[in-house]
Amino acid sequence: MTTLIDRRSPPRQSPGGPSRRSLLAGIGAAGALMIAGGAIINPREAWGLEVTNLKPETMRTLIVMARDIYPHDRLADQFYAVAMKPYETGSTDPALKQLVEGGVAALDTIAQGEHGVPYAQVGWEDQRVAILHKMEHTAFFEKVRSGLVVGLYNQEEVWPIFGYEGSSADKGGYINRGFNDLAWL
Amino acid sequence: MGAPFDLNDDSVVVIVGSGAGGGTLGTELALKGIKVVILEAGQRHNMEDFINNEWDSFAQLAWKDMRTTSGSWRVHKNFPNLPAWIVKAVGGSSIHWAGASLRFQEHEFRTRSTYGDLQGANLLDWPVTLAEMEPWYVKAEDKMGVTRTNGIPGLPGNNNFKVFEAGAKKVGYTEVSTGHMAINSQPRHDRGSCQQIGFCFQGCKSGAKWSTLIAEIPVGEDTGNLEVRSECMVLQIEHDASGKVTGVVYADKDGNHQRQKARIVAVAGNSIESPRLLLNSASSMFPDGLANSSGQVGRNYMRHMTGSVYGIFEKPVHMYRGTTMAGVVRDEARFDTKRGFVGGYEMETLSLGLPFMAAFLDPGAWGRSFSTAMDGYANMAGMWLVGEDMPQETNRITLNTDVKDQYGLPVANVHFDDHPNDIAMRNYAYRQGAAMYEAVGATRTMPTPPYPSTHNLGSNRMSEKPRDGVVNKHGQTHDISNLFVSDGSQFTTGGAENPTLTIVALAIRQAEFIAGEMSKKTI
Repeated sequence: MTTLIDRRSPPRQSPGGPSRRSLLAGIGAAGALMIAGGAIINPREAWGLEVTNLKPETMRTLIVMARDIYPHDRLADQFYAVAMKPYETGSTDPALKQLVEGGVAALDTIAQGEHGVPYAQVGWEDQRVAILHKMEHTAFFEKVRSGLVVGLYNQEEVWPIFGYEGSSADKGGYINRGFNDLAWL
Repeated sequence: MGAPFDLNDDSVVVIVGSGAGGGTLGTELALKGIKVVILEAGQRHNMEDFINNEWDSFAQLAWKDMRTTSGSWRVHKNFPNLPAWIVKAVGGSSIHWAGASLRFQEHEFRTRSTYGDLQGANLLDWPVTLAEMEPWYVKAEDKMGVTRTNGIPGLPGNNNFKVFEAGAKKVGYTEVSTGHMAINSQPRHDRGSCQQIGFCFQGCKSGAKWSTLIAEIPVGEDTGNLEVRSECMVLQIEHDASGKVTGVVYADKDGNHQRQKARIVAVAGNSIESPRLLLNSASSMFPDGLANSSGQVGRNYMRHMTGSVYGIFEKPVHMYRGTTMAGVVRDEARFDTKRGFVGGYEMETLSLGLPFMAAFLDPGAWGRSFSTAMDGYANMAGMWLVGEDMPQETNRITLNTDVKDQYGLPVANVHFDDHPNDIAMRNYAYRQGAAMYEAVGATRTMPTPPYPSTHNLGSNRMSEKPRDGVVNKHGQTHDISNLFVSDGSQFTTGGAENPTLTIVALAIRQAEFIAGEMSKKTI
C-alpha cells in the first residue's frame, strides 16, 4: 500500500482493522475512502493518508469536495488526495485549521439539513454541487477551489491521463515526434 | 575605456530595461561606438536554463513584484495582482514572446484621421507614417530573421495550425499562413532552426527564437561598449537645475543604492514600469513626474483586444506540440466598419499546457462545464484573437501610494475598462473563431477571456504636439531632451499586430537619432 504521507507515529488503527462503523461510513459519495483510526485508506487504489492535524472525516470530505469541484471520472481519488494533503500538513497553523474544519462543518450542516447525512455521504454529485453553490462565495470554498487549479492540474502524474506530454526539449522537441502528425482532417 | 563603466562616468547612455526595446537600443548604440549601461531589474539566465514547465518557468521568469489593479476588466477580478504576464530577466519579455512579427498597416499609424472621433476614445495619429517606418521594419526583419522576409521560408505548420488552416479556408479566409515569425525555419546568424519544442512562452531552449538575451545583447557586449547590470532596479531618474536628466538611482542585487551618472537616460521597462518610474521620479521642479507636462504619463494604457477560442474535436490534435504561434489569419485585420467596430484583429494559433489551461480557460469556473472541457485537452485546438483596442485617458497607470514594493516605493496600479469598440470586436472575433473550428468538426467551442496582459502599450505615447503625449516621433520626451522612452509605451495607438517588431524597428531608428544628436552635441 502506498503511503501518501509519511507516518510520524504508529497508526492509531484499532487492532481488528477498520471498524464496522468506519466501513459503513464508506458508503455514499466517499466511496472507497475509508477511515481507519487516524488515517484515510483507499483499499481499491492501495493508498493511505495519515491525518493528525485535521479530523480524518474532514480530510475525507475535502477529497470528495475536490472531486465535486473539478470532477474527472478518469482520475483516481489519489490525485484529489494529493491535492488536498497540504490542508493536513498546513493545519499546524490554527488559522488554516479553523478555516478548513469550519468550512467542512458548514458543508455538513447544510447536508444534514437537506439530506440527513454529512456532505460526503450525499448520494448524487448534483445534490452535493447544489450545496457547494451555497458555499461558493466563502473564503473556504475559494481557497479550496483556487488551490486545486495548481494542486490538481500541475501534478505531472495526471498529465498523461489528459493526453498532455509535459516537457519536450529534453526529448528533442517534437520535430521528429509528431508535431504535424494529425491526419484526420 | 571599455565596459564595465564607472558610476561617475557621465558620458554613458543609461537604458532602463533589456527587452525588445532596451536590449535592441543598447546593442545598436554600442555598435555605433556609444558607451551604454543597461540596468535590468531581473536576473540573467542562460537559454539552457529555461524550464519546460509552465508554473516553474513562471516562477523563474515572470515579473511578480507587487502591482494592483482596478476597473471592470476581468483580470482585476481573477488576477488582482497580476495585470500583466511579462518577464523580469535580462532579455525582458523578448524571452517570453511567441515570435509573431507583423508590420503595422498604413492606416494604423493614422487612426484619428481614419476612424474619426469615437466617443470615449483618445485617438491620435502617430507622428510617423508607415512609409517612414518601412526602412526600419526592413532592418528589424533582417536582424530578427523573420520568416517570409529576406528569402527566409515559413515555418512548417504543426497540428494546431492544420486545424486552424483548414477551418480558415472552410469559412472563406484567404490570408492564412504559418506567419511572419522571428523563429528560425533554417539556421541563420549562428542560431539553429526550430525544433518544434513548444514552450515558446517559457523561453526558447534551442535558440531558434529571437530574443535580445541571445541575439542582441551578446553582440553589443562584444564591442566593449555595452555593460548589462542585472538585478539592478532603477528607483528614480535624477535631473539638474536646468531640467536635464543626470543619471539614475538604483538598488543593486544586494539592495544597496547606487547612483549611475548619464549623458542620456532611456526608459524601457515596459508600459507599466516605465510610466511608474517617470511618476516616481517627481521632484520640486517636476511635481507631477518627469516628462509629464501634458499629464499624459501613464494614460492611454492599451493591452490589445484579446481573447481566445478553443475548440474540442472528436479526434486528437495535441495542439501544444511545436511552435506555439506559427499560424495567422489576416483577413480580419483590415479596417471595415461594416463589422460594427473600427480597427481590426489578427487570429493566431495558440496553445497552453494543461496547467495553464486550467488557470486561464475560464478563471474561477468549476464543475462539469469546466472539467469536461479540460477532459477534451488532447483533442483541443486553440487560437488567440489580438486586435486594436481603443486608447482611453482613464485606462491608466498610476502610483498606488497605499501599497509599497520591496524598495519602499509606491507600486503601479493598472486601471482598465474595455471600450465598447473593444467589446464589439471581441464578440465578433469570438463568433468567427468558433465558426472556423465548427467548420472542421468541433463538437464544442469555448470563448476564453483575455489573459493577464502580454501586450502592454501606450502609457507614454508619441505625439506631434507636446500637449497630446509624452514623447516625439523619436521617442524623445517633449519636456526633457536627454530623456527617452524606448519601449511599447511609446505607441500612440496599438494596431492589430503583435507589437515587438514595431518596438524593435523604433529602437533601431531611435539609436540612429540618438547617435546623430550626440555627434551634433544637441544632447
